[in-house]
Parts: sequence; C-alpha cells; structure tokens
Amino acid sequence: MPDKITRRSILKGGVAGSIASLLFRPKSSKAHQIKAYQNSMGVLVDLTRCVGCRSCEAACNAEQNMPEPAKPFTDMSVFDEGAHGHKRRTDETTLTVVNKYDVPGLDHPLFRKIQCNHCQEPACLTSCFVAAYTKTPEGAVIYNADVCVGCRTCMIACPFYIPTFKYSSAFDPKIVKCIFCYDTRLKYGQPPACVEACPQEALTFGKRKDLLKIGRRRIVDNKDKYEDHIYGEFEAGGTSWLYLSSVPFEKVGFDMTLPHQPILDSVKNFLGMVPMVLTIWPALFTGFHLLATRKEPHAKDENTTKQEVGE
Amino acid sequence: MKLFTSRDQQLPVTGSTKKDGTLWSLKERLFLGLSFDGYKQQMLRNPVNWFLFAILVVGLPLLLQRYGFGLGSVTHGSNDYPWGLVLGFGLFAMVPLSASGFLLGTTVCLFGRKDFHPIERLALLNGLLGYFFAVIYLEVDLGMPWRLPYPMVVSFGTGAVLFLVAWHVATYLSVQIAEVLPALFEWLDKPEWTYYIKRVTLGLTVAGIILSTLHQGALGALFTYAPAKIHPLWISTEFQWIHFLCSAIFAGLAMVIVSSTLIIKFLHWRCGKAFRENLDYMTIGLAKGASYAMITYLVIKLVAIAHDRNWEYLLTGWGLYYLLEIGIAVVLPMIMFAKGARDGWVGLIRVGAFITVIGIVWNRLNTSLVCFNWQMYQEIPHWKEVWLTVTLYAFYFITYRFIVYRLPIVFDWKESEK
Ligand code: SF4
Ligand code: SF4
Ligand code: SF4
Repeated sequence: MPDKITRRSILKGGVAGSIASLLFRPKSSKAHQIKAYQNSMGVLVDLTRCVGCRSCEAACNAEQNMPEPAKPFTDMSVFDEGAHGHKRRTDETTLTVVNKYDVPGLDHPLFRKIQCNHCQEPACLTSCFVAAYTKTPEGAVIYNADVCVGCRTCMIACPFYIPTFKYSSAFDPKIVKCIFCYDTRLKYGQPPACVEACPQEALTFGKRKDLLKIGRRRIVDNKDKYEDHIYGEFEAGGTSWLYLSSVPFEKVGFDMTLPHQPILDSVKNFLGMVPMVLTIWPALFTGFHLLATRKEPHAKDENTTKQEVGE
Repeated sequence: MKLFTSRDQQLPVTGSTKKDGTLWSLKERLFLGLSFDGYKQQMLRNPVNWFLFAILVVGLPLLLQRYGFGLGSVTHGSNDYPWGLVLGFGLFAMVPLSASGFLLGTTVCLFGRKDFHPIERLALLNGLLGYFFAVIYLEVDLGMPWRLPYPMVVSFGTGAVLFLVAWHVATYLSVQIAEVLPALFEWLDKPEWTYYIKRVTLGLTVAGIILSTLHQGALGALFTYAPAKIHPLWISTEFQWIHFLCSAIFAGLAMVIVSSTLIIKFLHWRCGKAFRENLDYMTIGLAKGASYAMITYLVIKLVAIAHDRNWEYLLTGWGLYYLLEIGIAVVLPMIMFAKGARDGWVGLIRVGAFITVIGIVWNRLNTSLVCFNWQMYQEIPHWKEVWLTVTLYAFYFITYRFIVYRLPIVFDWKESEK
C-alpha cells in the first residue's frame, strides 16, 4: 500500500516506532491533514424524502443474510420500540434501522435511517489493536472477524454507536456492522442494497465529492426547505454517508456536539508523548538513581534493614 | 493459624530448616508446617474461608455459563455500554491499585531509600498479582479470550492505544515476575538462582517506571476515544492520561497500606521483625508520598477544568456528583494522610488508605460506566456480572493470601547453613 500515507498511518508509525524504540530509536508522530480517498463513494440521505417504509431495512436484511426479525418489515409499530427510552439502534441482527421523530410544529413525522457512516478517518479503525478494520478506496469500512479479539474498543470509539457485538455467541462472537455492501456490490461499483430498495429516492449513491455538490445545490435551490448544513461533511472528520434535513439536526437525533476533527485527534496528546517518555525516562531516572545513592556507596546487604523507627 | 503458631514453637515456617536442623520438606512448606489434618482444621476454622466458599459456590457456575453460553448470558450484553463492570473494575481499577510495585521499586532501588525495604516485596507482589488478575478479568470479558496473544503475534494495530496497553502490560508482567521470583527462589532453597535477577534489578526498575508511566496513562487515553460520550468533567482529552497516571500513584501507595494493614492485623504471626517494627514508620512515609500525589492530582484536575472551560458544569447535578467524588475520594483522605503523617497517627492514615482505594474504584467506574453515555441512560450491571466480578476478586484474594502465607514476602527467609 505505497500511496496510502495518511495521517493515520503516520501515527501508526509513531506508536509502532515507539514500541520499537524500546529496542531502537523513537520516531516522532506528527499531525497531518486528512487525506481521504479522492474517489470515495458515499450516500446522501435526504430526510425530507424518507417516508419510513423500512424497505431499506428489509433489503439489507436479505442482502446480508441476517435472521428474520420477530416482526415483519411492514410492521410500523417497531418505531415505538427501542430500549431505555431511546430510539431503536443497530444490533447483532440489524445493520440498519429507521427511526421516527415527531418534531414539534411539523404536521408529519420525520424518519432517519442509521447505519455505519463509513467515516473518512474511522474511529473504530484507529482504535482497534489488531487492525481488524480496513478503509477501502471505495470508501467502505470493512471488518475482518478472523483477527478480532472481541475487546469492543471499536464500539467505545465509534461516535455514532454503530458497531455491535454478537454477545449471544460463546464460540464465534464477532463485531456486526454495515459494510456498505462491500463484498457483494460496492466492490463491483454497484449501489448498496438499501439504496436500490428505496422507493422515494431518499438515498442517493455516488462519489462523496459529487454528493456534497448535489446536497449543496438542493440547499441553495430550496432555501426554506433545508437546514443549511450537510451532516457528515465535517462531523468526526467527515463521513461517506451524508444527511440533509429540514429541521435542526439535533431534533432528529443527530449528535451536534461531535467534534469536527477525527476522534483520533483527541488521542494524539497521549500518542505524542509516548516517544518522549521512552527516550527521556531511562536517562532521567538512571540519573536520579546515581544522584540519590551517591552518598552511601555500596550499601551492603539489603536484607537486614534495621532502620530507626520514626524521626 | 494463630492458634498453631502459639502452640508449636517451630511454627511458622520462616526458614529452610526445622529446630533440629533437618530441612522442611516441600509438602510441609506447602502446608505451613502443619499436618494435613491440622491444615484442614485451620482452614475450616477461619470464617473468611466460608465467606469465600459462599462466593465461589455461585460464582463458579456463572464462570462456566460465561464460557459455555457467551457473554450475553451473564451480562446485559449492551451495545451502548461495551465495557461493563468486569472491565471497569477488573482492568481500569485493578491496574492503578497495582502501581505499588513500580512505586516502591523506584523508592527503594532507584532512590536508595533502604528504609522502605521491608515493605518492598509486599508492594511488588501486590503489583504482580494486580496485573495478573487484570489479565484474568480481561480473559473473562474479551469476546474471544483464546485470541489474547493476537496483538502480539497475529495482527498489529500499531496505532491503537490498546495495542500499547497490551504490549506494556505483557512486558511489565514479566518484569514483575522477575522482581518477585527471588522470594520464590529463597523459599525453594535456591537463593543462588536470584543472582542474575539481582544484577539487573536497576534495569528492571527503570523498565518498570517507563512501562508503568505509559500504560497507566494509556488506560486514561483509552477513554479519549470517546470524547463525546463521557461527561466533560470526567474526560479531558489533553490531560486524561496524566490524571490516570497521577491517581495511580496514590492508588498504588494506598493499596500497599491497606494490604499491609490487613496483614499486620490478621497475619501477625507471619510478619518478620523488620516488617513489624518498621511498618508504622513506613506507613507514614507512604502516606506522605500519597498526599503529595493527591495535591498534584487536584491541581491538574483543576487545570483540566480551566483548560476545557467546564466551570458551568460544576453547578449542575453532575457537577455536584463530581465534587462529591473529589471531596470524598481525594480531599478527605489527603487531609487524613497529611494529618496522620504530621502527628504520627497511623490509624488515621490506614482509614484514609481504605477510603482512597475505594475512591479510585469509584473514579474508574464513574469514568467507564456512570458518566459514560451520560446523556443516554444509566446501565445497571446484571447481578451475574456483579457476582462474577466479586468471584474473580475472591480468586485474587485467595492467591494473594496463599503466597503471603508461604513465601518470604513480609519476613526474611532464614536459609539453612550448608
Ligand atoms: S460510523 Fe462508526 S463504525 Fe462506521 S466507520 Fe465511523 S466510526 Fe466506524
Ligand atoms: S472488538 Fe475486535 S474489531 Fe473491535 S477493537 Fe476489539 S479487536 Fe478490534
Ligand atoms: S449499505 Fe448494505 S450493509 Fe449497509 S445498511 Fe445498506 S444494505 Fe445494509
């Protein structure tokens, strides 16, 4: 992977170097700008067009060979389910979920489909200590169950609460999440199953940079219809899946407090100091030792300390 | 055991040979110099064992259930709270409480404070067991425990904080084993084996400092992967690793005080002269060290709030909870340590140490569970998960006691004259 010198891999070099420098010498880690794949694909989700038919959920279930759900995909009562007073979320049998939002002052509900957003600088990927995730040039963030240890750090790290764990399995658990239909479709340039199934064209598949243009044009052409923001353009460093909405995004469940920098940026403070500790500490503490023990050269036999008690 | 030691002049076993000059056999050493029946008697008489037994009777089947039917069968299997109590306690609280090894190693070996020598081995053992059991907790919590060595041999996520933790904990565990081995060698009558270890003690100690600085900090840095999920008062992306490192210092020291207190109270027969006579003095010294670390901690906590401009959060309910934690878990024991150290009130220090230990557990659970997803809902761990956590702690306790009973940790081994 010669041309993949992203900030991520440089940081990798940073820590790898740090660990190596236990034996060799340290490398410094530097922050760089995100250099996402130029031809990354994406999907633009337009909340104003979605009618909550759940066709995408059904299509995904079939495409990814997921078990049949308890209630059929035509049953709309599921919108009121969801545990702990919260909307439904992805789980080990569901890669994507549509939720209903009743927005005050609006005569109809809004619906929002969630799935992996396929971040440009994925937190799940950068936090995994066995490199189980890969960001493909097409933009998909895929996962390799063969090396996953099941530590679930990726679930902690994902700012969108997307990866789920197959807790029900003792011998073959794994992380379950949307993979942009990479194996079956994206790889061959085809749109994912959920996009194809949408009867309302609420989901638009295309190159991320084109989708941003389309989104912006929709906003400009319909000034009173859309919020002047494309969710995912910058959030968490930018995502391949992008959203348009007619109401403020926090009213339809989006987290507007997310930093615009990649999640990795908040870990950098620590990663940056690792090489310093590795290089400075040995000399520093050996020096302390020499200073502290100089006065009593060769204090013999540590075994019989009969120290005066107290002062 | 107390009963036997007062009855039999030879007991407890404190050296290689009996009164009459013959060697204690390995079996006798294992049974503390008692006959099998005598050993059984002292075991059954101890109420603590019955308590442990009660924990294990329920806990062991739960452990089997976890391995047979998956994590979901003993926890809530929450996707919102991927890290539950087992990890929140077993990794994030056990590791700081086990910082004692590197701290006392540094004090004695590096700074030449030989006056702390009688408690050094206890601190090293406390460190070793803490880390070892952190790995055991991890083995219960990992989805695929059989893949534990993967980050070392199969696939390397070199840019991840957990990668660093894995490598450092593994390396540090070996360092700590090397540091505790001399006690085992003496007990096995092979003191000459310690020769090589003694020669590299300084190297081991410095390695311990580096590894500890980094992975104690790294445990904090793990939470900076979730900057938007944890309540701002408990997460500071700039300072999290320093917070965790600094609090590990007083946590480790307090844990040695707690452990030595329990040993001097309940295992008095096992304590050697140097340990018994110097313990008060050493406790005061540890408390002094801890109180300095605590005041530093308070300052950097304050710096973090100022830096992240989180002042307004202090006036909310979460802020009160935060102040309560700081007040009870840090300020209160800090004052107790300072007062106790100045006036020589060892009892006060010991109570303070208990509070500190519980306080650290509280802080780590706050970060990993209570204040995690603070805008969502509170996860109350499944009772089975709670029980499992306690069960593993019971194993920790049993192992700890088993070793302190036998190896020369708090007493000096009298070798046979050959
Ligand atoms: S949305 Fe979450 S799971 Fe998907 S790529 Fe981003 S961080 Fe990873
Ligand atoms: S659970 Fe698996 S994929 Fe996720 S961080 Fe851990 S090892 Fe990586
Ligand atoms: S992209 Fe594929 S895997 Fe992802 S939600 Fe759509 S259908 Fe499911």
